[in-house]
Parts: sequence; C-alpha cells; structure tokens
Amino acid sequence: MLHRLKRTLLSLLTLSGVCCSGQALADEVQVAVASNFSAPMERIAADFTRDTGHRALLSFGATGKFYAQIKHGAPFGVFLAADAKTPARLVAEGDAVADSRFTYAFGHLVLWSTQEGAVDDQGAVLKTGDFRHLAIANPKTAPYGAAAIEVLTRLDLREKLQPRFVTGENIGQTHQFVASGNAELGFVALSQVVVDGQLTGGSAWLVPADLYSPIQQDAVILTQAADNPAAQALADYLKGAAARGIMLTYGYSFAEGAGLCLKGSTLQPSC
Amino acid sequence: MLEGIDLTAILLTLKLAVTTTLILLLVGTPIAWWLARTRSRWKGVVGALVALPLVLPPTVLGFYLLVSLGPHGPIGQFTQWLGIGLLPFTFAGLVVGSVFYSLPFVVQPLQNAFSASGERPLEVAATLGAGPGDRFFTIALPLARPGFVTAAILGFAHTVGEFGVVLMIGGNIPERTRVVSVAIYDHVEALEYAEAHLLAGGMLVFSFLVLLALYSRHARPWT
Repeated sequence: MLHRLKRTLLSLLTLSGVCCSGQALADEVQVAVASNFSAPMERIAADFTRDTGHRALLSFGATGKFYAQIKHGAPFGVFLAADAKTPARLVAEGDAVADSRFTYAFGHLVLWSTQEGAVDDQGAVLKTGDFRHLAIANPKTAPYGAAAIEVLTRLDLREKLQPRFVTGENIGQTHQFVASGNAELGFVALSQVVVDGQLTGGSAWLVPADLYSPIQQDAVILTQAADNPAAQALADYLKGAAARGIMLTYGYSFAEGAGLCLKGSTLQPSC
Repeated sequence: MLEGIDLTAILLTLKLAVTTTLILLLVGTPIAWWLARTRSRWKGVVGALVALPLVLPPTVLGFYLLVSLGPHGPIGQFTQWLGIGLLPFTFAGLVVGSVFYSLPFVVQPLQNAFSASGERPLEVAATLGAGPGDRFFTIALPLARPGFVTAAILGFAHTVGEFGVVLMIGGNIPERTRVVSVAIYDHVEALEYAEAHLLAGGMLVFSFLVLLALYSRHARPWT
C-alpha cells in the first residue's frame, strides 16, 4: 500500500516535471551568481536562452554563503563565484567537477559615492574626507569586501576608519547602502556603477590594481549537474564572445592586471 | 566560549527589546484604547495599518525604512532638519524600525483587553461622578492589566526575534546594530557553526521560556 502510494506520488511529480526525470531537467540549470555579477548575468542569461533554448535560473548572493549552501545540498548546477579560492575548494572537496573550473572574468573595486565630486580620482577622500559611514561588504563572505579591507590595510587606514564601517551582507546590499545615500561612501564592484562603459552617476575612484590581490572570478559546474547539458552549455556560453562583450561593458576584464582607467565618467582600456 | 562580540550582541538585543517595548506601551495604549471604543469609519483603516507588519515581509518594511529614513527620504530630511542626523546604521534607527515591526503585537492584545472589560464598569463609574481621565486610569487600565502583561511579553519577544528589518537598516555594526539574530546569520555564513549553535540554541531556549511563561499564565494568550 505504502509502496503504491510512493509510486503514484513519484509518477505525479515526474509528470509535472518537478522531480526525478533527467530529461525534464535537461534544459534548465540553477545558477548561483555572486552579487557583483548580477546585472551582466541577467543579460547574459536572457541571451543564453535566446541562443541555445536552455534556461538558466539565477540566484544572487555572497560567495561564502553559496559555499555553505552548496555544502548543505543546495540544488545549484553552476556556481559563478567572486573569487578563485571558493570554486577550487569545492573541486578539492568533490562537490564540483574537477576540470570544469575556469575564470570567467576579473573584477575591479571602486570607491563610490552618489554625490558628484565627493570622491576624487586618487581616493584622497578616505584620508581627509568628512564622512560618517563607509560601506563595505562582509569581508568574511564577500571577496569584494576582503579586497576593500586589503586596500585600507595597504593605505594604513583600516584602524582609523573601522568605526565608520557599515557592513553589507553581500556586495549588492553594500551598493544599496550607498545608492540610498545612507552611507556617503562605499567600496563596491565596478560592474555595479558602470553601464555601457559609463559611470551611471555620482563620483568614483577606480582603485589601482596594485592595492589589492586580483579579483579572479571563477566558475565551476557542480557535481550534481555533471550530466546536465544546460550546465555545460552555460559554461561554454560564458567563455564566448557574446557573453564577454556584455561583461566588457560592465567593466570586467579577462586578464590579470588589465590597466583599466576611469577618465571622468568614461571607462577606458588604459590611462 | 561565548566571545566578547557575541556577549555584546546579546546585551544590545536586550537593550533594543526593552526600549522598544517601553515605547510601544506608551504609543500603543492610546491607539488600542481608541480602536476598542471608537465607532469612527476610520477604525477599519487604522486597524489594518496597525496589523500590516503581521503580513508584510520584513524586507518591505526594511526597504521603505531605508529609503524614507535616508538623506533623500521625508523622515531623513526631517531628522536632519531637527539636527539629529540620519537614523539608518544607528541604535535609534533600529528602535524606530522595531516599533513599527512589533506594533501589532502590542496594540492587538491591549485592544482586546479594553474591549473585553466592556462599557459597563465605565458607565457605572461615570454615574458615580468619575471624569474621563479618572475612569481611564482607575477603571480601564487596572481591568486591562493582563492585556498589558501579554502585550509587553509579545512586544519584547518579537523584537528579540527581529531579523530582516535590522539586516536592512542596521549595517551590522558591533555594539550599535549587530543584534543576536544578525550575529547568528554572520556565523552561519562564515561556517562558524559552533558559535552559531551557541547563540541559536540560546535564542531557542529563551523564546520557549518566554512563551511558556505567557501560555502558562492563563489559557488565552491574546487577551
């Protein structure tokens, strides 16, 4: 009796396409996306569906949080992290497909304010500025937060500015603290304040690459999606020219130490 | 085992809950009194507004608080004009958020208590010559005492259990806005499960004891 009930339930689930049928899931992949990459990824996912027919369901959050969720069985197929360390760790621990790891982009850190002229192009505002709050992402879980701490440490300002920190749960919330004007300044991802190569508003200091370790953003296919064609298709798509073209307009680069430069509010490949 | 940072979070949470509960009892009593006795057609509107935090996700409240308390928002401009600056990322900001968030948990038990004691004792007192203020303080308030105890316990416990609003307007600042629920979230995200267990387990026991006290006191916790 119990056995029959179980079989009926399973077939119902299969019919509705929710469970247990490899075929039904084949053209859909759940993707964990680091918050900094949310804007370009939404566009890439739309193009991906248009070009390949596969669907990518996107979740956004802090890299460290996704790591914890994946370790506890979260049903993601592809993970786009904001660092290289976390995907490598998942591979080492057997949660991700070993040869699937690749670098999809290098990210850049900016100090940003919604006020015109509030941030100078040398970041001197950090030393002299009269501001109450400096927003950073949680350095424990968000690589852009860790990079911000590195910059402040190198500039010997960490101790001094610590009391003014407000910490966002991820880089998305950090951006929101600044965008709403509640924090005068914040370290956010370049991709959050740049569209089509132009600063969307306010003022920003593109932090020089030698002040922090490169934000190498790696992706992996997770073990549970090793046989999902949509996962592999998405990985391939991210390496292609169409996706890279979109990433470029958001200020990502594809080689370590690329000499990006912010002239006024225009992003340039070099100074 | 309990680190200084977590101890600070516990003390801050208790401070927030006590402050919020006291303010809510002061603000909630006249609202509940009015709701219990009015025949105005606005009763439905005010009752619905008070109950909103019961059904809204805390993110809605947190988002609107962040925007309206911010430098471009109406409340933010008002607080700046007053010279007290901006409320997000401050303890005062958390108090404001918590007062909105826990409002129904204080107003509804009070309203029920005022309604339950009925008009009769007040009418009798009036015929004996008691004025409105006298009737309120010597008749209505003492009769509604169980309601006040329930309101205070629920307001306190609900504020201790707050998370979403605090996360959105707090900024996770030690000693100022990092309450226990946020500290737990931090520990879990950073895979510090031992610390998370300690705080989360403590929260579970605390919440159970509070509700046990409430439900053991009398059979109907909402009156």
